[in-house]
Amino acid sequence: MAEERTNGYKSGSNLEKILRAGHFAVTAELGPPQSADPEVIRHKARLLRGVVDAVNITDNQTAIVRMSSIASAVLAMQEGIEPIVQMTCRDRNRLAIQADLLGASALGVRNLLCLTGDHQSFGNHPTAKNVHDLDSIQLIRMVKEMRDEGRFQCGDEIKGVVPRFLIGAAINPFADPFEFRPYRLAKKVAAGVDFIQTQIVLDMDRFREFMKRVVDMGLHEKVYILAGIGPLKSAGAARYMRDKVPGMLVADEYVERMQAAVKGIPKEDKKARREAWRQEGIRIAIEQIQEIKEIEGVAGVHIMAIEWEEAVKPIVEGAGLLPRPEV
Amino acid sequence: MIVGEQKPLEEIMALLGDARKVLVAGCGTCVTVCFAGGEKEVGILASALRMKSKLEGHPMEVDEVTVQRQCEWEYIDPLKPRLKDYDAVLSLACGIGVQAMNERFPDVLTLPGLNTTFLGLPMEQGVWEERCQACGDCILGLTFGICPIARCSKQLLNGPCGGSQNGVCEVDPDIPCAWQLIWERAIAFGQVERLLEIQPPKNWSKSRDGGPRKIVREDLRLTHTE
Ligand code: SF4
Ligand code: SF4
Repeated sequence: MAEERTNGYKSGSNLEKILRAGHFAVTAELGPPQSADPEVIRHKARLLRGVVDAVNITDNQTAIVRMSSIASAVLAMQEGIEPIVQMTCRDRNRLAIQADLLGASALGVRNLLCLTGDHQSFGNHPTAKNVHDLDSIQLIRMVKEMRDEGRFQCGDEIKGVVPRFLIGAAINPFADPFEFRPYRLAKKVAAGVDFIQTQIVLDMDRFREFMKRVVDMGLHEKVYILAGIGPLKSAGAARYMRDKVPGMLVADEYVERMQAAVKGIPKEDKKARREAWRQEGIRIAIEQIQEIKEIEGVAGVHIMAIEWEEAVKPIVEGAGLLPRPEV
Repeated sequence: MIVGEQKPLEEIMALLGDARKVLVAGCGTCVTVCFAGGEKEVGILASALRMKSKLEGHPMEVDEVTVQRQCEWEYIDPLKPRLKDYDAVLSLACGIGVQAMNERFPDVLTLPGLNTTFLGLPMEQGVWEERCQACGDCILGLTFGICPIARCSKQLLNGPCGGSQNGVCEVDPDIPCAWQLIWERAIAFGQVERLLEIQPPKNWSKSRDGGPRKIVREDLRLTHTE
């Protein structure tokens, strides 16, 4: 019955149809506001509409309190955006997660991204208690069992409509231990993940090496992998990501290109420098997408232009990925 | 062992309020070994209290005692006859000792002089690290003897999060990433495949989440309840 209702799709989301049809998928990210203002979501959603196939709605990203991802997703849907709701294990136990998933599915959300979550010490409530009742792999399995077996985590049957999500997860090919990373992906696949978005790729050699392992293990045939693209905003941002962000690798080449981008522009001319940096950041992102399209096993890109949603359209356009296919 | 750290003197003074006669009670076991609440620390804190209360113009009378273990009735029972002389007891034992005193001697308030910090071990002179959270269902057998419940900042059971880099945890470069350590042990034993099995959600009901825990061993009890 369930199969018939969804035409053989797991969730029937636009993202699932794009991926199944073999199109190179494009997703982006939308960060909800640190307020109750729906206009912020609407404005960002309008910048992304028609430009990407689905949009991640972050869940208290970097452990800073923001509008709930499910509520924001509903606002985004009203603007014609297909959301990918992010769900972390940091803030909710298995009861709260399952309750929210039932609600999200009832509201029409069809894509979910299962995450461990950044540690609360990074955010604006560092004295909070964290939950981590489940880890991201256990969360993936729970969502899959709810969808495919109609069971809650405890084993009880879901009487009636089951929540239907295309199940996503993140992978960081740049974190340590590097050799464990393909295995961690394999565990997520075994747990039932349908698609993966990677951490921002700013070290192409390491990413190629990772993907080679993934292809050797045959994992690319079992899961759709979207490579993370994070357009750089300035030379300072590039250096910061290279030197300060745990689990990030940034090739010196990109830092140097960002530094060179403002050559000849006087320090005082902040506006011109900012413009030059942003143009170079977008240029690098476009080149990266073109390179990534050629890497075996990659099914699409996930563009993380955090608080810079305006950058998404020129990147997607520049990479020759517009218009998005209708499926 | 249980590792603790003395509270700041200001906080202790505030806790004692207008108590004029105080007994500082140390413990000769874990907190002696971690230099937080043994006989020596009792002596130093008692002098500090005498001095500070005098300077502030309302001197306190402070006596000292250290028992071998404040968490066992037989070691604290001998204190009973002296306790009526005091307005308060300041315990330098762990939270268990403080509670044992309050439970055994309900007429006098025993206050905590330490922050009981964790179950761990001394790494070197002056350095202690956490090793166990008493989760009630030990999984060290699955993780090559390294505890991800106490030592991974997110208590992950299926491998490292994306924040592990150069062997350290994303939370603080002073914290070794537990999963990096587990991975290295798995490699050393040639048993990487054991980490590829998916560990199901943990049964937290055996941990503190199930409510305060209790162990009853009928084979050891002297009196049996029907
Ligand atoms: S698994 Fe549980 S009992 Fe074992 S060391 Fe860790 S916290 Fe302690
Ligand atoms: S970096 Fe390592 S220790 Fe820290 S939370 Fe992640 S897996 Fe756990």
